[in-house]
Amino acid sequence: MLENKHLLGLEGYPGKDIQTIIETAFNFREVLDRPIKKVPSLQGVTIVNLFFENSTRTRISFELAQKRLSADTVNFSASSSSLKKGESFKDTSQNIEAMKIDAVVMRHPTPGAPKHLTNFIDSVIINAGDGTHEHPTQAILDMMSLYEKFGKLKGLKVGIIGDIIHSRVALSNIYGLKIMGAEVTLCGPPNLIPKNISELGVKYSKDIDEVMEWADALNVLRIQKERMGRGLVPSTREYRSFFGITSERLKNHKKEIVIMHPGPMNRGVEIDGEVADGDQAIILDQVLNGVASRMAILYLLCGGKKVEGE
Amino acid sequence: MEKTVIMNQEAISRTITRLCHEIIENNGDCRDIVLIGIHNRGVPISERIQIKINDLVGVELKRGSLDITFHRDDYRERLIVPEIKGTDISFSLNDKIVILVDDVLYSGRTVRAALDELNSFGRASKVQLAVLVDRGHRELPIKADYVGKNIPTHEGEHVDVTLKETDDSDSVFLIRDRD
Amino acid sequence: MSLEKISKNVMLKGGTIIDPYHKKEYKSDVLIKDGKIFEIGDFDPPKSCEIIDCKGKIITHGFCDLHVHFREPGREDKETLQTGSIAAMAGGFTRVCVMPNTNPPLDTPESINFIIKKAEDAPIHIHPIGAVSKGQDGKDITEMGLMHKEGAVAFSDDGLPIQDGGIMRIALEYSKLIDVPIINHAEDECLRDEGLMHEGTISTRLGLPGNPDLAESSMVHRDLELADFVGAKIHIPHVSSAKAVDLIRKMKKHKDDVTAEVTPHHLFFNDEDLISYDTNLKVGPPIRTENDRKSLIDAVKDGTIDCIATDHAPHTIEDKETTFDLAAFGMIGLESCFGTVNKVLCKDSKMDLMDLISFLTNRPREIMGFDCDLFSVGSSAEIVVIDPEQAWVFSRENIKSRSINSPYIGKELFGKVQYTISRSHLYKSV
Repeated sequence: MLENKHLLGLEGYPGKDIQTIIETAFNFREVLDRPIKKVPSLQGVTIVNLFFENSTRTRISFELAQKRLSADTVNFSASSSSLKKGESFKDTSQNIEAMKIDAVVMRHPTPGAPKHLTNFIDSVIINAGDGTHEHPTQAILDMMSLYEKFGKLKGLKVGIIGDIIHSRVALSNIYGLKIMGAEVTLCGPPNLIPKNISELGVKYSKDIDEVMEWADALNVLRIQKERMGRGLVPSTREYRSFFGITSERLKNHKKEIVIMHPGPMNRGVEIDGEVADGDQAIILDQVLNGVASRMAILYLLCGGKKVEGE
Repeated sequence: MEKTVIMNQEAISRTITRLCHEIIENNGDCRDIVLIGIHNRGVPISERIQIKINDLVGVELKRGSLDITFHRDDYRERLIVPEIKGTDISFSLNDKIVILVDDVLYSGRTVRAALDELNSFGRASKVQLAVLVDRGHRELPIKADYVGKNIPTHEGEHVDVTLKETDDSDSVFLIRDRD
Repeated sequence: MSLEKISKNVMLKGGTIIDPYHKKEYKSDVLIKDGKIFEIGDFDPPKSCEIIDCKGKIITHGFCDLHVHFREPGREDKETLQTGSIAAMAGGFTRVCVMPNTNPPLDTPESINFIIKKAEDAPIHIHPIGAVSKGQDGKDITEMGLMHKEGAVAFSDDGLPIQDGGIMRIALEYSKLIDVPIINHAEDECLRDEGLMHEGTISTRLGLPGNPDLAESSMVHRDLELADFVGAKIHIPHVSSAKAVDLIRKMKKHKDDVTAEVTPHHLFFNDEDLISYDTNLKVGPPIRTENDRKSLIDAVKDGTIDCIATDHAPHTIEDKETTFDLAAFGMIGLESCFGTVNKVLCKDSKMDLMDLISFLTNRPREIMGFDCDLFSVGSSAEIVVIDPEQAWVFSRENIKSRSINSPYIGKELFGKVQYTISRSHLYKSV
């Protein structure tokens, strides 16, 4: 069994458990290749997708994973519930718990919200993204995709490009990759990099070409307009000019660098359409690996008898 | 603990040969037969059957392996994660005669899980079961079509199979726990 | 109930008096008659007298807190003048100044009068601080003169900074009319932005937007320069950063009427304590790094900081038991104050007990011009009996406030208030 009951984040997560999840995920990849893509492992398990923030892709990915495992899923999105009427977070959570749920997959705009949820409910909690803090399942599918491509994570050189300070994908990737022995360099506008980020063991460069020379793979982040309170980036053409993964840039770099993107993409801003659709990009593999790794996480966390008093 | 050798390497080899003859005799046209070994030890046994049948009639049967972990009916009870070896069936089972191969048949739950999982790969025309050892004590209505050896066991006894491919030698032991 | 009106004489027997005003420490008994100090010395107890055994304990001035929020009028569900008074006495405080960010705010002579009238029955002395600007909107200054006449002892828009430097200048200049301090909550709103905790490694790890120490120091700098330029009194509330400490220290070298306060929580915690997203540690200004904490301790020791003030900020469970972004800022602090600052400053940092007591007693009183000679015969008794060596664990039972938002529950404190005497009331903490 995994050491932690929940998956709230990858900070301090045991490397052996990340390894177990990735290995199990590859087995579920095989299930996703069968004519009938279903296993009965989580039959009778009820999982709520508690999304306080809009997300189609992550929610669909989780829903598919749950259904492929034969679990029963219920979706809750903030706009359609009494949260608008002023019901508190605590009451919403406890109402759901009272309906005997086995697991909650939660996305919330506030950092620490899934941890806060553990105060109110007993079920297994999986963080599907808490504000600008962590998005552990994304980092796991990213690492699984890198593992698939390179056969290892230790010593791998990964560049993360973009708005780091507002990116939960970046932070979870930094934690996960460092635990698994990879090297990470960040690249993006200086005002979008957290001041103390070097204390997490990563480097920073403002030169995208330098990072492309160095890296084995790039994880290209979306420029998130909705997270930026004020105009932190002067214009999209300025961003593309200095940090965009354009076709020309890719052509100028002789080596075969792997391109990743968590989606959704702003084609023509942080990444050119040609690059996203090209051979070096593994973006669609990431999507498939997303379902497989979420299946693995749900399988490993929701299986097993509840120990008395847990 | 008391350990008795029930079958040695030679006995196992002869038994597998006999099973192959039975399979061929029972099914006529071998070309529609596929062998699916159940992890762990069902896999090397299925490989030996594949080689032997090829020797006997010159037909190389398609072979795959099945990991029933995701189809177990006791996953929610277990506190440990069983080691997953992975399922590898790279062909359709539609209209095929599937021979499931395992080392020991006991409660029948492994076979039930295997039958469940096979459904995901197509609709076989027939499924048959070949085991090296049948030790009785079924908990489900499952019967093997081809049995290497019947070893009835009492309470406090169990059967241990070792194979060259997975352990260091070929043998079948009867283990009796002493009080 | 632990609070009672004193009906007979009270004698504090066998204790040691620490008088920080006269800088004297001596064994003595104290007799209190009709709520006033009647005799200090060695004498037999009179007939019909409640004797409180103070053997091994310290008898000293009741503590004075320049910065509390008693939420009346408007949020009596969080605290009232009455419940706040009991929390104060439990913490050894006999005199407090209440901040004006109530609903409606204390921004008129009438509202000041409301507090004065309500406080007449309170067991402790309660002084209102008036708002600097009408409605605390940072635009038009209040009728400071008339409010001072009604009893306002200082002016502050606490909770909100006076963002406009021009308004701060006007406020400082005008305050010279009545010669009382302006207390500005120094946090530049633009630099603070959406910050929820100190901007540093921990905020990065927690993914929380950060509030840099610059937000405080840049405004402290502005306020100090303005006060110096204009020649007015200024008091810096809840100093939280090493940068601000340095600026205050420098200005004090050539300006006399600059004073500053620090909270117990800024001395006790650092930002690493927020790793669990505990909303009881969500305060404004935020709890900063260990380096900042150490600078604050040094600042107390060398007199850059003049007094300790709790910034007692009660909030309901609903206001605190929510996600970090929505949780209200602030924690209660009256009941835990002595145990925390005694631990940090005396036990851990080897500060002298008399010095520490002066930071809770005569020094805050001096800033506001309150009477400091509290052991003079005939004065109304404002006394606290403490055991400065008692190790104890702060628990829910120690909270007397109407709200329970305290991060100290379960923490080991050092030094405990035993009895508090104020306005003819006796509070027993034992």
